[in-house]
Amino acid sequence: MLEAYLNIFLRAVFVENMALAFFLGMCTFLAVSRRVQTAIGLGIAVVVVQTITVPVNNVVYQHLLRADALAWAGLGGLDLTFVGLISYIGVIAAMVQILEMFLDRYVPALYNALGIFLPLITVNCAILGGSLFMVERDYNFGESVVFGFGSGLGWALALVALAGIREKMKYSNVPAGLRGLGITFITVGLMALAFMSFSGIQL
Amino acid sequence: MASKALRILFDPLFNNNPIALQILGICSALAVTTMLSTSATMCIAVIFVITCSNGAVSLIRHHIPGSIRIIVQMTIIASLVIIVDQFIKAYAYDISKQLSVFVGLIITNCIVMGRAEVYAMKNGVGASLLDGLGNGLGYSLILLVVGTVRELTGSGSLFGRQVMTLATEGGWYVPNGLMLLPPSAFFIIGLFIWVLRTWKSEQVEEEG
Repeated sequence: MLEAYLNIFLRAVFVENMALAFFLGMCTFLAVSRRVQTAIGLGIAVVVVQTITVPVNNVVYQHLLRADALAWAGLGGLDLTFVGLISYIGVIAAMVQILEMFLDRYVPALYNALGIFLPLITVNCAILGGSLFMVERDYNFGESVVFGFGSGLGWALALVALAGIREKMKYSNVPAGLRGLGITFITVGLMALAFMSFSGIQL
Repeated sequence: MASKALRILFDPLFNNNPIALQILGICSALAVTTMLSTSATMCIAVIFVITCSNGAVSLIRHHIPGSIRIIVQMTIIASLVIIVDQFIKAYAYDISKQLSVFVGLIITNCIVMGRAEVYAMKNGVGASLLDGLGNGLGYSLILLVVGTVRELTGSGSLFGRQVMTLATEGGWYVPNGLMLLPPSAFFIIGLFIWVLRTWKSEQVEEEG
């Protein structure tokens, strides 16, 4: 039992890394990886939001949207999976908003540290992607908690690593046309190659 | 007038490409490009969504209160994506399996959101439609280039039809397995940006 959870966790962090294997959250990944400090802030925010939204969407899917899920309300045979997309994005937007208000009220230090990143997370594909993968692989509630945390952590790890590399890269002599975005893409490609060495790890 | 419309339509192809210059919409762009047929499906889906959402947002732009505009845009985009998703599932089920979650991810594709926010909120319906179409085409251009390179060198075929006979089937071409793996997409886009910026040198980024 525990082994299965550990397996999901390791797969989500290393083997099926959200950023490097599925290219999710790339826009923010490239835009916010200029400095390690900001990268860490965004990384923490993603881990927190991902750990909350994936399980919540799991509950929404299992008890409201799935075929026959509404049998308890006398609506058996109803399949609402087609409104899935719009409900998940709604849940994510609402969760981010609530989290923002909660942090503002009770943990102002963290709220100030995360700053602008929290609202940005609503449109981060890694978050929505996490929920969609959860639905596609039919995780139960416990698995979805582990998967949400693991995939968020994997994304944050890749982001901070890339930011570290980019800080060092300021001192290297890059050809004019490759400067900035081009060389970043190639760096990410090399990182993805390195992460591929984890593939096939199974507990 | 005609030249202005043409400029709106074709600027995003090379001069202001959404992927290569605006860094938008890379998220879903890379994962679907192992085969040309999935790339093409994705392109059509994105062009449809971005054109319609730009048109719709522009149409009601005077009635959207500023504070909730993101939610309004999101709802429009999400509804369009659901239509596309259901359509692909109905008429191209195999491809929808291969695209897996990436059709749904068009919702959070920053090109769609970005163009609605930057362009459609400020401009008329006609111009917004053209802008959406142009940006969709600019996105498709990169997707198709990457898809062509990856499928041709990775499995020696185009649209699933064998172009170069593989060594395993008595032919001459030894497929490059790396091209089917995720990292190659990054390399190809990186090199594409290099070529584009060497050709249009004003796009080169400042040192620093």
